[in-house]
Amino acid sequence: MTTTTPVGAPAPTGERPPVVSPRRRTGRRGPGPLFVLPFAVPFVLFLVWPVLQGIWMSFTDSSLALRDTSFVGLDNYAEAFGDPDVWSSLGNTVLFTAASSVPLVLVALAMALLVHSGLAGQWAWRLSFFVPYLLPVTVVTLIWTWLYQPDVGLGNELLGALGLEPVGWLSDESVAMWSVAALTVWWTVGFNFLLYLAALQSLPTVFDEAAALDGAGAWRRLWSVTLPQLRRTTVLVAMLQILASLKVFDQIYILTKGGPNGSTRPILEYVYDVGFTGYRLGYASAVSYVFFALVIVVSLAQLRLFRQED
Amino acid sequence: MSTTASPVRARRLPPRERPGAPMLLGHGRLPRVLAGTALVVLAAVWLLPLVWAVATSVQSEQDVAKPGLSPFKGAFTLDAYQQILERGNVTVWAANSFLVAGLVTLITVAISTLAAYGFSRGGFRGRRLLLTVTVAAVMVPPQLLVVPLFEQMLMFDLVDTYTAMILPQVVAPMMVFILKRFFDGVPRELEDAARLDGASEVRVFLSVVLPLSRPIVAAVSIFVFIGAWNNFMWPFIVTNDPGLMTLPVGLATVKDAFGIQYAQAMASALLAALPLVVVFLLFQRRIVSSVATTGLGGA
Repeated sequence: MTTTTPVGAPAPTGERPPVVSPRRRTGRRGPGPLFVLPFAVPFVLFLVWPVLQGIWMSFTDSSLALRDTSFVGLDNYAEAFGDPDVWSSLGNTVLFTAASSVPLVLVALAMALLVHSGLAGQWAWRLSFFVPYLLPVTVVTLIWTWLYQPDVGLGNELLGALGLEPVGWLSDESVAMWSVAALTVWWTVGFNFLLYLAALQSLPTVFDEAAALDGAGAWRRLWSVTLPQLRRTTVLVAMLQILASLKVFDQIYILTKGGPNGSTRPILEYVYDVGFTGYRLGYASAVSYVFFALVIVVSLAQLRLFRQED
Repeated sequence: MSTTASPVRARRLPPRERPGAPMLLGHGRLPRVLAGTALVVLAAVWLLPLVWAVATSVQSEQDVAKPGLSPFKGAFTLDAYQQILERGNVTVWAANSFLVAGLVTLITVAISTLAAYGFSRGGFRGRRLLLTVTVAAVMVPPQLLVVPLFEQMLMFDLVDTYTAMILPQVVAPMMVFILKRFFDGVPRELEDAARLDGASEVRVFLSVVLPLSRPIVAAVSIFVFIGAWNNFMWPFIVTNDPGLMTLPVGLATVKDAFGIQYAQAMASALLAALPLVVVFLLFQRRIVSSVATTGLGGA
């Protein structure tokens, strides 16, 4: 740390030596590295090391079934790029991300706007929308397996009441992914809803009041005053949502095991299948790093967009 | 535009029903009726699966399997709950979940707060590098680590232990980042005053810094706890012993064993859901404001 007094600093008063700025005086003391150490050790051990070890493993034929491991260069990556299961599970991941993210942003926004509109019963509305977010994934999948039950489940009972044919919610290849997306929207929308609600509640009221004084109706004020002010929040919520959706694994694995016929298998489940069912840890690592590259590209693209919004 | 819910801003404006919050709907009747209807319909749709599950759980398996749209197709009975509790698994898993989530929260919050404060006040070598790596690590999906972490646990001979379940979960770069941003906004004058009075660094942290940061520490704790309580993939991979499993993992392993016993399936799901829902009911305001305080929550 340098010892210069900042230019334009007020003239030092009597008892303090002029060359020592207050910052310098206390700069020698502070919490120091010992405070960071308890975090740094597990951080290196359980995050940095596995990341590096994963990169190393992706260049080997490491396996749960074999003791010897040998270096195979880029073979795993070459195999991954030619593996139709990698491409189909990546495609499923992208489909799930699109099918879940759009409603997860729009429904959350609608919920927050409605709750913020000043109707009575805030507590009850917040509870209804947020409670599913608190449920462990297995609870959610147990409940929805029952709703999606083909014979007497609520889904097909409702269709029957409307005079429609029953649907194979989890057994029909063209429907299963949408069923999973619907479950995910129900389960996690509460978090985005709270982000929007917090944003709405911190908006300055003057613009809205001014517009109301000028005679703008509720609908007009929503479109021309409130929604434009929520733009940055929407970008943030959408960014977080897309990254979260890309990482889907838990609910799909429990609900369908990726089926029927691989139609719902996301890339992370393929990593799991290859690594822990097929014992090919090296190849599984390579596939997971292909996925990580995708996540980084999406994150960087989003950051660029976010910066442009500023 | 300067009107976002940036964490710093949101902290100053608690996200509650502020006095004088605008009546966005104005005084017209029609918008109120429309908005009210939409809200009721949405809330009903969101509550329906839970109501359906509760109704299923308090009937006999035979009644539940009858066709029809009515939620109650037979007599009220708590048989399903009784059978689940007699089997005992769920209570063991709940105890494991409390132990694991509790310890994960305690350790994560302790080391993250210390580190965030250390990073914020600085003054040691390698700080910038370590901080950069920590911030970059926010991008790493936890699932990426699963394969090498499992190898590591095999190496340390820790598979099927609480240690293996807990330790990898205590690394939370996002929480360190959120806390550091908070400490950056706390003026140093108070700490310096305590230092001049001869307080040790530990003393300064415990009696000056920590009391100031209670809201943010509470917010971080809540999200770490929810995340750890609901965490599935890592505990699932690292445990095979049913006696060690957490609730989500244990339930997943017996899910298929329920077969067509949907009353029991719903009863066990609701029992597993209960603890966090109770916590939420007790701390609702705190949790709702936590989302705004941290800006991100348990990402």
